[in-house]
Amino acid sequence: MKKSLSWSETLITAAVKTCGYSAIVFVLLIFFFLLREGLPALAEVKLGELFSTRWYPIENHFGILPLITGSILVTLGAMLIAIPFGIGTAVFLSEIAPRWMREILKPLVELLGGLPSVVLGFLGILVLAPFLRFFLNLPTGLTALAGALLLGGIAVPTTVSIAEDALDSVPLSYREGALALGATKWQTIWRVTLPAARSGVLTALMLGIGRTIGETMAVMMVTGNAPVLAIKLSSIFSPVRTMTATIAAEMGEVANGSTYYHVLFFIGLVLFLISLVVNIVASSVVFKSKTRAERVLS
Amino acid sequence: MRFRRLALLILLMFMTACGRATGQASSQPGTSAYIQNKGSDTIVNLALAWAEQYQAENPQISISVTGGGSGTGIAALLNKTVDIANASRQMQAEEIKQAKANGFDPVEYIVARDAIGVIVNAANPVGRLTMQQVSDIYSGKINNWDQVGGQDRPIVRLSREVNSGTHVYFRDTVVRLGDKNNKTLFATDTLLLPSSEGIISEIRQNPNAIGYDGLGYIPSDLKTVAVAKDANSLYVLPSIASVNDKSYPIARDLYMYTAGQPTGAVKTYLDWIVSSDAQTIVANLGFVPILK
Repeated sequence: MKKSLSWSETLITAAVKTCGYSAIVFVLLIFFFLLREGLPALAEVKLGELFSTRWYPIENHFGILPLITGSILVTLGAMLIAIPFGIGTAVFLSEIAPRWMREILKPLVELLGGLPSVVLGFLGILVLAPFLRFFLNLPTGLTALAGALLLGGIAVPTTVSIAEDALDSVPLSYREGALALGATKWQTIWRVTLPAARSGVLTALMLGIGRTIGETMAVMMVTGNAPVLAIKLSSIFSPVRTMTATIAAEMGEVANGSTYYHVLFFIGLVLFLISLVVNIVASSVVFKSKTRAERVLS
Repeated sequence: MRFRRLALLILLMFMTACGRATGQASSQPGTSAYIQNKGSDTIVNLALAWAEQYQAENPQISISVTGGGSGTGIAALLNKTVDIANASRQMQAEEIKQAKANGFDPVEYIVARDAIGVIVNAANPVGRLTMQQVSDIYSGKINNWDQVGGQDRPIVRLSREVNSGTHVYFRDTVVRLGDKNNKTLFATDTLLLPSSEGIISEIRQNPNAIGYDGLGYIPSDLKTVAVAKDANSLYVLPSIASVNDKSYPIARDLYMYTAGQPTGAVKTYLDWIVSSDAQTIVANLGFVPILK
């Protein structure tokens, strides 16, 4: 009996270990695959051409700068929407809303998070884009702004759900202590509860942003996909083309192993590196905040 | 496009399955036949629809249809690996010479026509444009509707994605006016939409927009612009009649080629394709049927 138990235990340990290591292995494999398929682009296209401003790949104009700026612009716009709305909603749900309201609202927010992005894309084309065109008197509503609004909407549920969990796990004694010292409810939330839940809230934001930068379908449907260099502030009101939309729209038709194919993979590599950097920065911030919180609380 | 690709894939799978079945059941030699058909991506959906219908009516015949481009199809015909090559352009002199060197005269069939309509919002007063004006609009030289006789509104250019055959045909025929040495590109702020539906829904609600699409896909609540070859020509609206008498400038013939005069099952199939039965399918897929 004892022997078989330890035998099964070994098995389970091995299985759990495999699962854990597989995460690393898969990330590495994906990274090497991207490198293998994407790096030849650097040899086939001159660096100056690759980072030029004209994207018309079927006639060998491989300038990916418009795509990078397009992605960054849409993501930044979405963050500006998702961060205040996400944290605000999470604070409201966890700290202010009465229990019954929370019981209704939280599942609803999570349901919103489960909506397929293509459905939101339809809403974007049929409702959001015409509305923006009328309301802001733009030539067309298919703009970076439409993409940012839609992506913000997509990121909010993820952010809210995780940030709310983090806020909820802050011990009640923190809040009681703050209130007992004479802090108002707002001071308690802003100075005590939020900082204590900081790492969880940051994780929530990171996951929200992660969804934003990788989102493809909704963006492809509403941003107009015009490869314009988006570096002016007013670019938010003009059409842009993102990296994800480019890969999704063009990968299906490209000849395997061609320069065009390698450049598309190179875009994937750039996308991968951007999210890697964002994640590293975020986790270093989370790590720092943890040690500070520990110092304060000990 | 994505869905059409998927449908194509499923059809292909379906047809390979059929092919095997008929192969096993070929107990009556002489009646069963296997036709290979390859070429233009523009025609591939049409060729698939024809093959499907024809096989349903003639279960002893199996037809395999693949895309790859007009050049690929013609190359395969030259190597005699296919029975019929689909092409959205005529065979070039070089290719015909090569065919003769390989011992046959290619035979050309016009199987359908393809026309592209230039469309604007129903509220747009502009109803006619010359080819030069459409070209200047798409290359970014004309940026306001008042430059072509319309209201003072910015022009929003809509195009299909770069991997669409319609995009390439429109670029060569309209933006570059059919001139091979012309390297004009679409203006960078041209919106590239992944589907016909995206273009149509944007034009439906946006009075600034201009777009193009295959004639059969244009819904009646959008305004189709009459196009003139040049300033001295008549402005012509695209229709089955004007495409067939070649007065509408943004149209082309779609071809099928065989290696030498076709015989047997291939001949019967090609005769069926130009019949009115098969040409009904042409109209359903957004192409223009040939009038005899």
